[in-house]
Amino acid sequence: MLHLEGLSKTYKTGDAALRDVTLTVPEGQIMGLIGPSGAGKSTLIRCINRLVEPTAGKVMLGDVDLVRLGKADLRRQRRRIGMIFQEYALVERLTVMENVLSGRLGYVPFWRSFLRKYPATDIQNAFRLLDRVGLMDKADNRADALSGGQRQRVGIARALAQEPELLLVDEPTASLDPKTSRQIMRLLTEICAERGLPAIVNIHDVPLAQQFMQRIVGLRAGRVVFDGTPDELTHDALTTIYGEEDWNAMRAGDDEQAKAEADARDRIAALAQ
Amino acid sequence: MNGITHFSQVWSHRTPRARLALWVGWAALVALFVWCWQLMTANTIWFFVQDAPRQAADIGSRMMPPRWSYLPELWAPLWDTINIATLGTLGGVIMAVPVAFLAARNTTPSARILRPFALFVIVTSRSINSLIWALLLVAIIGPGLLAGIVAIALRSIGFVGKLLYEAIEETDARQIEAVAATGASGAQVLSYGIVPQIMPAFWGITVFRWDINIRESTILGLVGAGGIGLKLQASLNTLAWSQVTVILLLILATVVLSEWVSARMRHAII
Repeated sequence: MLHLEGLSKTYKTGDAALRDVTLTVPEGQIMGLIGPSGAGKSTLIRCINRLVEPTAGKVMLGDVDLVRLGKADLRRQRRRIGMIFQEYALVERLTVMENVLSGRLGYVPFWRSFLRKYPATDIQNAFRLLDRVGLMDKADNRADALSGGQRQRVGIARALAQEPELLLVDEPTASLDPKTSRQIMRLLTEICAERGLPAIVNIHDVPLAQQFMQRIVGLRAGRVVFDGTPDELTHDALTTIYGEEDWNAMRAGDDEQAKAEADARDRIAALAQ
Repeated sequence: MNGITHFSQVWSHRTPRARLALWVGWAALVALFVWCWQLMTANTIWFFVQDAPRQAADIGSRMMPPRWSYLPELWAPLWDTINIATLGTLGGVIMAVPVAFLAARNTTPSARILRPFALFVIVTSRSINSLIWALLLVAIIGPGLLAGIVAIALRSIGFVGKLLYEAIEETDARQIEAVAATGASGAQVLSYGIVPQIMPAFWGITVFRWDINIRESTILGLVGAGGIGLKLQASLNTLAWSQVTVILLLILATVVLSEWVSARMRHAII
């Protein structure tokens, strides 16, 4: 479905963010992209829909090379790629419905979008998506009146409104608490499974990636240094990606935190009775 | 632990060099003040200044009591003044919006040619006082309301344009990026990504400028550009001080009212 060939990006400052990345994401696969800060995860995702211009290489979406497209063709191809952002990137002062409908911008002429006169099928579909992400009653609320988890749901609905063939997801849970993070990841993976939608998910949180991803790719300094299933992500593999660290202690730390959270929940529940 | 056992008790906010520069700077300011004071006293005719309290009392006594019977003659020019301010603001804003989009770094179509041009328009408009614009325009298009409206409009371009382009540059790039990522066209990115973000600033700036323009348009009549200033000039010329009082009180009331309206509107927007 998506094939990257020798993709490289060197910024004007001379920083090589991506070096010769070759990857294939088949139909319906949810791929997690992990790596330390500055490894080029964000750059990789943005090179695919060319929010960042790659310096070399190919980005094949089906049989179209996105890198070679002119402005108008690029816009047409961007409709096929839905994107979900770290801090939601909703248009804060517009309503939830306007934000979801903005996923249709590539399909409707300017006057329709300007007057908010979207085709009836688009509106129906937007309501269906809002229902799917559980925000049916929030359609007319302004985006900045929602909580973090709710905003990310709107972000997901907006991306799906494009009827995309590929999802790019940039740190979807970085600004969310652990429980909401898991709910959002679950929603994302369910939706991808329902639609057979391939997705590339940048993710900071290794346990979260292992829990939800079918495949994990590790980036380090702009290069792919790991590519395998979550089970194959061993102590050694993590060391290759992130450098030396006591990974078992960190995992024990995660357990401990989970226990502490459970304990706190129980106590609050006891207090509430 | 790390081997350091003795920590210094001395820490200073500025380096000795910076402290010295600061003192030199203050001393230079004081010297400048003393020098300016001397220049001012040398060029003042003290005879007139000594006379000032008596003159003020004299004019004050002529100004009181206000000639309230003059008030009915002022409603029409006051209405003209408000129209000059409102239509001038409208015209200024209409011209300032495209200028602001050309001047903002993130929306300008050409940073080499159009952006400097737009910035030049803004600076030109701002550097010329509306009274001077009015003087020029009275000479060009003749005395009357139109000259006042155009003067206010030209003066407003710079103010509105500058504040608006700063608001455009401060927009959240992620929201714009997200709209662009859906495959939106340039005009759609503008109307969905940028316009919603600058709307509060836009209305705040417009109402604020209207409020300023009410004040500025009250004096435009002094140079023949219509409004209540014409009456002021006429009364000053005939030394009708009790009429001047009425005009000044009316201007004061208008300005207070416009400030109140603009404060309420800005409050409602934000």
